[in-house]
Amino acid sequence: MSGFRGGIHPDGKKELAANKEIQTAEMPKKVTILLKQHAGCVAKPTVNIGDHVKTGQLIATVDGLGANIHSSITGRVAEIKEIETNVCGNVPAITIEHHGGDEWQLLEEKQPLEMIKDAGIVGMGGAMFPTHVKLCIPEGKKVDTLLVNGAECEPYLTCDYRLMLEKPKEIMEGIRIVKGILGVKKTMIAIEDNKKDVAEGFKDVEVKILKTKYPQGAEKTLIKAALRREVPPERLPFDAGVVVCNVGTIYAIQQAVKEKKPSVERIVTVSGAVNEPKNLLVRIGTPVKDIIRQCGGYKGKSARILNGGPMMGICIDEDDVVLKGSSGITVMNDKMVEEIEEQPCIRCAECINVCPMKLMPKLFADYSRAKKYSELKSLNIVDCFECGACTYVCPANIPLVEYIKEGKKRCKK
Amino acid sequence: MQKVTSPHIHARRKTAIIMWIVVLSLLPAAFFGIYNFGLNSFFIILVSVLVAVITELVINKLKKERITIADGSAALTGLLLGLCMSPRVPMWIPAVGSFVAIAIAKHAFGGLGHNIFNPALVGRAFLIAAWPIIMNSWVAPVPFGSPAWLHSYDAVTSATPLGIEKIQGHAVLLDKYPMIHSSLFFGNTGGTIGEVSAFLLLIGGLFMIITEIIDWRIPLGYIGTVALGAFALGKDPLFYLLAGGLFLGAFFMATDYVTSPLTRNGRWIFAVCCGILTIVMRLFAGMPEGVMYSILIMNAFVPLIDRFIRPKRFGT
Repeated sequence: MSGFRGGIHPDGKKELAANKEIQTAEMPKKVTILLKQHAGCVAKPTVNIGDHVKTGQLIATVDGLGANIHSSITGRVAEIKEIETNVCGNVPAITIEHHGGDEWQLLEEKQPLEMIKDAGIVGMGGAMFPTHVKLCIPEGKKVDTLLVNGAECEPYLTCDYRLMLEKPKEIMEGIRIVKGILGVKKTMIAIEDNKKDVAEGFKDVEVKILKTKYPQGAEKTLIKAALRREVPPERLPFDAGVVVCNVGTIYAIQQAVKEKKPSVERIVTVSGAVNEPKNLLVRIGTPVKDIIRQCGGYKGKSARILNGGPMMGICIDEDDVVLKGSSGITVMNDKMVEEIEEQPCIRCAECINVCPMKLMPKLFADYSRAKKYSELKSLNIVDCFECGACTYVCPANIPLVEYIKEGKKRCKK
Repeated sequence: MQKVTSPHIHARRKTAIIMWIVVLSLLPAAFFGIYNFGLNSFFIILVSVLVAVITELVINKLKKERITIADGSAALTGLLLGLCMSPRVPMWIPAVGSFVAIAIAKHAFGGLGHNIFNPALVGRAFLIAAWPIIMNSWVAPVPFGSPAWLHSYDAVTSATPLGIEKIQGHAVLLDKYPMIHSSLFFGNTGGTIGEVSAFLLLIGGLFMIITEIIDWRIPLGYIGTVALGAFALGKDPLFYLLAGGLFLGAFFMATDYVTSPLTRNGRWIFAVCCGILTIVMRLFAGMPEGVMYSILIMNAFVPLIDRFIRPKRFGT
């Protein structure tokens, strides 16, 4: 029996965009490219205001952990200033105004891992962890399997599904590149059974079909469900002999190594309360309102725009921009947003039953309220990756994720 | 910019829905109790529910908090208390019991979610301690629609099957109920209003298990332990399983979220201990029943169980 413990079955809403072929979005007039859209440190600009840049030209680099940043359009650097975001915090950003056509500066031919680093590829599933770091297996660790994450368990999102359906050859090529880097023999693509039809495109690789359940696509639950292995607490997939890559990342790797294209565009599912949900190939840094306009505008009174899906997505503004990790832009109108009022916990323990990490969210809320932060530590609050399953099921509308976030912050202090 | 923490969607099952589903699951057994013992039982249940709801409302007002009567928890407590009354108690008995259940067992401990003991059972335990004779007078079922059914006179006092077994022995029991198992299963015996029909309680219980309102581990662990215990001690397991308040207690009271453990393993321990206590009380203590005290005693151990029984950490 494959699967993981706990989890929930929210209404997938995939039908809104699942049948929409990937379309190339209009060339944006202006992009704002964040200098930190990756785990690690802020990148330093290598261009100045007024400089002319080509599509794919390096515009910022990092010294430590992080990823290169490239211009996603051809034009002129208009502004470099710090901006406020909910997704990445307060970070500097480079604004480029479109000018002329679309002239590309491609990557230099190098070893694949070097090219991935140069291309500034990060985890496209949303975590935005620098891929070249992920693919460097530390001394002493043995990795035997590459697990390609095609689970896409977030409601509404269909970008990975469309990619697997439309670009299987490219994904297979990407897989071969990554296998070569890692030196592993075994590869498995893990998908949920609501997108079985993509399996046809992958004849030469094992496709593991998992029962649809949220949060299947989280690294630890996916490894458990697909390979029956558990990653030890506070460790990485390496420690279970696995490297997990999202299909979007695999595609970006193929684009970098074969087409020499740096990470300047991605597929974004625009869904929810928009008139024409779509899967769009979007340049990084494109303002969200541009994309929503291309999807027929808002349907009803927009109440919330999310970077990602409704389970883990972060509230953004229509002036915010697409990031390397933006797998979706989900719009919720006033009818979809519930007014919820916190009520007393009735100890139904549903939060405990659905927690994929076997935690006790109810106690996190209790101890967080009581300010007993040492208890939170002993209940392994660090293991929580904030999938939100507990909050989703809570019949008393207790914002457990909020308590957990607060508790984690206090534990660090 | 809005700063709302994810997730942005929520399941539809809220506290009130859960409570009302439990109430619904109890209704077949409640109607059967009225059918079996007469119209008076209806008024006992009505008084019990009304006093529970009114007490809750008054306390909400006094505490100047949100009115919580719509969440169904007070009505459920009242209904459970009414169902564990003898069919011939005077009306002030359920009234006092419901008041104690809601005002003392629930709200004095901090309200919904904070009480250590099951409120309905505390109400009943209080009544039994204060008015033992009234609470322990039992009657036989009366024919539906007869004058005795309508006006509740002429009722024949009769001990419950567990009482007969305990005081007069198994032979007398079989003499009175030749088909004891089917009488118990369908509820054609003396007892409290809601406990007599094991069949309808089972239907309600299974409905709650299928709709995932209750955890099957608690009724299975509890009823299973009683059956195994009776068998091991050379008694008729089916009799001890069907008689008395075991089904009502195991499906509807031991499963109360607030007063049962949080983890699945903790619930197994809780249920098995309830079963052991019940069989010990029924066979070795002075009283014929044991369900109420077993659950109340185990309620007291819930914080301890929750302290020590925790899920194994992922990845270890």
